[in-house]
Amino acid sequence: MTAHLTLTKAGPGATLQDRGRPSQLAGGVSRGGAVDPLALLEGALLLGQDTDAAAIELATTPITLRTGQHPAIIALSGAPMRTDLAWNATHFLPPETELTLQPGRDGIYSYLHIAGGFRTDLVLGSRSIHLKAGIGQPLQAEDRLPYDPKTNATADLVLNTNRPDQNAPIRILSSVQTALFAKEERVRFEATRFTPDPRSTRSALRLSHDTKGFEANGQLDILSEATLPGDIQITGDGTAYVLMPDCQTTGGYPRIAAVIPTDMPRLVQTPPGKPLTFRFVSREEALTLHRTEMARRKTLPKQIGPRLRDPRDIPDLLSYQLISGITAGREEP
Amino acid sequence: MTPATDFPRIAPLGLEGVLVSFADRLDLKANSAAIAFRSALEADRPDGVTETSVSLASVLVCCDATVTDPDDLLEALRARVKAVDWYAEGLPKTRKLWHIPAAFDPELSPQLPEMAALLDMSVSDLTTEILAAPLRVLTIGFAPGQPYLGALPGHLNLPRQTDLTPKVPAGALVCAVRQITLFTAPGPTGWRHIGQTAFRPFQPKAERPFPLSAGDEVRWRSVSAYEIKSLRDDPMGGATHEPAP
Repeated sequence: MTAHLTLTKAGPGATLQDRGRPSQLAGGVSRGGAVDPLALLEGALLLGQDTDAAAIELATTPITLRTGQHPAIIALSGAPMRTDLAWNATHFLPPETELTLQPGRDGIYSYLHIAGGFRTDLVLGSRSIHLKAGIGQPLQAEDRLPYDPKTNATADLVLNTNRPDQNAPIRILSSVQTALFAKEERVRFEATRFTPDPRSTRSALRLSHDTKGFEANGQLDILSEATLPGDIQITGDGTAYVLMPDCQTTGGYPRIAAVIPTDMPRLVQTPPGKPLTFRFVSREEALTLHRTEMARRKTLPKQIGPRLRDPRDIPDLLSYQLISGITAGREEP
Repeated sequence: MTPATDFPRIAPLGLEGVLVSFADRLDLKANSAAIAFRSALEADRPDGVTETSVSLASVLVCCDATVTDPDDLLEALRARVKAVDWYAEGLPKTRKLWHIPAAFDPELSPQLPEMAALLDMSVSDLTTEILAAPLRVLTIGFAPGQPYLGALPGHLNLPRQTDLTPKVPAGALVCAVRQITLFTAPGPTGWRHIGQTAFRPFQPKAERPFPLSAGDEVRWRSVSAYEIKSLRDDPMGGATHEPAP
């Protein structure tokens, strides 16, 4: 049986994403997939389903959607959006119900998961929309997204996400061209306060800063070679870009460093205007951090429990604005 | 200029990648070495390798750092690089020779006359040289399945044009720096649009979504603009292949 969620409104920057397409680099297709893979995982764990299930990714963009004649159980993860539904939690949507999510202030990439996952067609083994590779289109109003309404998922579960210190420097590793940058340039890179530029995309996160651009010595004309998400490229005008999941598979700009995988979810969720700094770490440290984090993710199901939803259990009920779908609290504009 | 003895070079790329480089400029021998090295890795993957790919003169090898120590992979690759003279190894025996119908007809090749004029040649002489050139898929990139083919003879070398052509169609052959690229999807380019095929380098629903592989040989089969138009329903655009000699 197939049910559908219908989008009644969708802003730009709404796509469907799963874990993307590993093993297609040789075909010129970067992995793509959810920009925040941790948030994708959290939603799948809340619904107790395959961690590769496809979810709607919203990059600070609003969406309104409707269930049809079937109900649905959904999970919300990633950057909290404005809605009267709790974030990092699962919810029962009755048939013929409309839900609106508005961008919040904390974070960039939000995810709406559905029990059973969205069942759009697979392309190269994935449902991820990869605009750079010409695979799929952004979601838009009137799209009908198929899902299987039969589910064992439970509504009203909540995950304690326990995200790390949001203000610590983003940790980086030396990369293939780091040595082309003079020691002073590398020190200056670590001392610089950056902020994400609002022009960032799923292909590259552009970093703004007040000081002069960064410059590599000598060999500026680098023969095009493999690039990976997390690489920090310095373009001809000295601007730093962190490559994102939809990046091209090769590039010829010098790379000053690479962001460690552990810190990518925190980096990609940093909103424009918020300061960011970088700190070089050793490969040993990066490896230990990565293994610790991947082991922690295996324990996330233990952080899931029932959510108290009886209004009598909500101590500050009067601070909730129950009619317009906007929750009071720190997400309030 | 870096002396050739510096190569092959092996360096970590991010936490989970290792880059093996055979040169720092475009060189057919280094490209052949990179393709041969990657082919050998794919035939007998070192422990923990999750993915490999080849660029113009280098090979990326990726692992899953939760199960493999990337430094162990780096050492394993160092041993594999040393074991063979990859520059002399030759291209893999599995590679194909493709014959792809292409029109070098000004109707579908708007910048062919400009390229001929810049090279001080007639359009017909330039077409003859392009048809005769043995071209190799140097790498796949930029767009899914999109081949970079080279190298044209040195006297056909032209830099990129200074302006961007706003849009060339899918299947377009565009040329610069002794290379030809066959566009997967319509898009802008700084290279000159000198020919047209109906071949689709990315066929998402096909058993082999990327028909071309790095190392394959390509020859153009000269056809009319009319024939290219009539081939547009065939994703292969009338192309045939055989084992490369």
